[in-house]
Amino acid sequence: MEDMILYNRLQFAFTITFHYLFPQLTMGLSLMIVYFKWKFLRTKNEDYNNASKFWMKIFALNFAMGVVTGIPMEFQFGTNWAKFSELTGGIIGQTLAMEGMFSFFLESSFLGMFLFGEKLLGQKLHFLSGLMVFLGSWASGFLIIATHSWMQHPVGYEILENGKFVLNNFSALFNNPWLWPSYLHNQAGSLVTSSFFVAAVGAFYLLSNRHSRFGKIFVKSGVVFGVISSVILAFPTGDWAAKNVVKHQPVTFAAMEGIFETEKGGSEIILIGQPDMENKKLDNKIAVPNVLSFLTYQRWDAEIKGLNEFDESIHPTNVPGLYYGYHIMVGLGTIFIGIMVLAAFLLWKGRLYKTKWLLWILMFMIPFPYIANTAGWYTAELGRQPWLVYNLMRMVDGVSPTVSSGNALFTFLGFVGLYLLLGLLFLLLVLKIIRKGPEAKMTLK
Amino acid sequence: MEIFWFIVLMVMLGTYVILDGYDFGAGIVHLFFAKTEEEKKAVTNAIGPFWDANEVWLIAAGGVLFFAFPTLYASAFSGFYLPLMLVLWLLIFRAVGLELRGQVHNRMWEAIWDKAFGIASFLLALFFGAALGNVVRGVNLGMVENGVSTQEAHYFFLALWNPTFDPLAEHQGVIDWFTLLLGLVAIVTLTIHGANWIILKTSTDLNQRLKKVIFKLNFVLLALVVASACLWHYVKPFPLNNLQTHYWLWIFPIIGAVGLTGLFRINKFKKDSSGFIFSSMFIFGSFATTIASLFPTLLPSTNRVNPSLTVHNVAAHEYGLSVGLGWFIVAAILVVIYFIIQFRVFKGKMDDVGYGEH
Repeated sequence: MEDMILYNRLQFAFTITFHYLFPQLTMGLSLMIVYFKWKFLRTKNEDYNNASKFWMKIFALNFAMGVVTGIPMEFQFGTNWAKFSELTGGIIGQTLAMEGMFSFFLESSFLGMFLFGEKLLGQKLHFLSGLMVFLGSWASGFLIIATHSWMQHPVGYEILENGKFVLNNFSALFNNPWLWPSYLHNQAGSLVTSSFFVAAVGAFYLLSNRHSRFGKIFVKSGVVFGVISSVILAFPTGDWAAKNVVKHQPVTFAAMEGIFETEKGGSEIILIGQPDMENKKLDNKIAVPNVLSFLTYQRWDAEIKGLNEFDESIHPTNVPGLYYGYHIMVGLGTIFIGIMVLAAFLLWKGRLYKTKWLLWILMFMIPFPYIANTAGWYTAELGRQPWLVYNLMRMVDGVSPTVSSGNALFTFLGFVGLYLLLGLLFLLLVLKIIRKGPEAKMTLK
Repeated sequence: MEIFWFIVLMVMLGTYVILDGYDFGAGIVHLFFAKTEEEKKAVTNAIGPFWDANEVWLIAAGGVLFFAFPTLYASAFSGFYLPLMLVLWLLIFRAVGLELRGQVHNRMWEAIWDKAFGIASFLLALFFGAALGNVVRGVNLGMVENGVSTQEAHYFFLALWNPTFDPLAEHQGVIDWFTLLLGLVAIVTLTIHGANWIILKTSTDLNQRLKKVIFKLNFVLLALVVASACLWHYVKPFPLNNLQTHYWLWIFPIIGAVGLTGLFRINKFKKDSSGFIFSSMFIFGSFATTIASLFPTLLPSTNRVNPSLTVHNVAAHEYGLSVGLGWFIVAAILVVIYFIIQFRVFKGKMDDVGYGEH
């Protein structure tokens, strides 16, 4: 039984982690491509049209990866978490079915037109089809996070005698206090990924002295989008999301922040330290007194509950993982703001394109927004444990009763192998597109 | 209310089979009949801008199944765990084959992804046919052994096959000689269907050859249909009650028969669209006949202990199904609009679309 749960969890965690590497770029990049296209329509500068076409090539590849790794996600609710699906399907099925009907049809219909229809449609309609792809991808994110929010903070339900959750208030799903902060925070995160990606490719072109006109366009737009989104990521959206956790999942908040015991007179904020679960304390910690209380309640002496105040049966199952996920996310988020604000300042002063050391940093930042987004999602998901539906249904009660551990391990290994191949192919092809550059002959029609 | 959602689900699944079915068929044609680079291009151009949107019907149908019939979704998806995972992997290979082929101009690279696309399409057609066979044959709900359920009444798990490949064995497999036969029917049907789509959307020399192929395959299909109908009756007596009490349901087998016989005139068709219409009629007719005769059963039980899963005992709660109606109607109208736009933009022959060229 324990093996079975372990393999089911590993498979879901692995497939969703890998999957979300792609949509986070899709959502942010679709907005930036629409921006390039719009800029072209306004200025008639062909460079912007070529910029949009260049990014569309990467987008198309990235989108395809998102689609093929996304289908297994929808299937796995039923295949691996059948009991959970059976009991909650009447509720989370709503938002998941809506995602299919509202966003996947929209995205897929217009993506074909956006990729192959520039000549057939004319420039304005082509722009419009890009806008539709953007809307579809953001709608998809919204409905997934509505589903996620219900699991974190169930609303609008009643539980029948047979254990089934049934919906009794549809609009509650969308007025869920968990939904909007999470959604906006997530979308800002996705824009950060795409801004850093675009800026990094621009920095690479400037540093290697190739396609310099495009290098400047990419660095400039990457930094402008990046400075706005990385600030929004922390404030107000990150702040809202954290306050939601304090309010509705205080035990999760204590674990995230690494607070083992309630402190009188205000809590310190922990910057670095390793949770020692045996002795219930943090090793090698560096902390700033009272700041956490202030950030959370705007009072320096506000009391924040530590893990000691809650029964162990409801402690998050993986406190160190949760703590690290959260600290990696926040730490990287802070670095993003620093880099982007500095770059924006130099851009404004007209010195950014000559400031080589910062261009190097921008170039090497590519993986970090991915890491931060992933760490953020681990914070959310590990924070919900041991529950599948917070406070109502435990993870161990949701697993498929008839899928043996051997079969679950078989498919987990299969996914690992297959996704490793996909990842390698994706990297190879993206690098090829970048190397060819935006000035290569455009055969996309 | 659940009847409405049942019809919605079946219409969506049927649409999926007809739309993605021609993609699988095109893949099979690509694998066996497209010889030159020009012909291969014609095949991928014919489906390139569409396959992704077609696949969405599967995902959306899965979503509606989850929402409207959560118990069936949970039961069938965990019970058919292994074949579903294989289908997922094949769908990945099909998509990757199509999307990556044109990214690098190298013969070996292209050969790899051509095969990935073709073989995955072939196996997907086989699996979807076998899936229908499994639904018709039924499963051991509750995993009854010696007259006692070892699981909750609506859960089961199927191995990929058992050593005897016998559909009537106590421990069934997903693949037995009966489901394999239906898989074969699906392969032949979709090959014809895909070839018709290629004839409709492109204009290379391949089309003349494909017409001959369709003509010959249609005899094979007719023989297979007759054979599988008889064996079907042997494996599980064909439930005729619905057809006997509701005479209008005979429209479905009639549509199927017209589709099948119409295809014998493939060489005389004036319009390139005629063949595709007839093969769509055959798919629609046979799919609808199966569903109509099984109704209200969705997944038959092969033991006497646990009842079959029906539209009524797996549906979600009334309130959820009713509010779903509101958003579904809005979404369905939008979907129709997208499809009209898409078909107008990509009307006519697709030879110049340059799918996969970068």
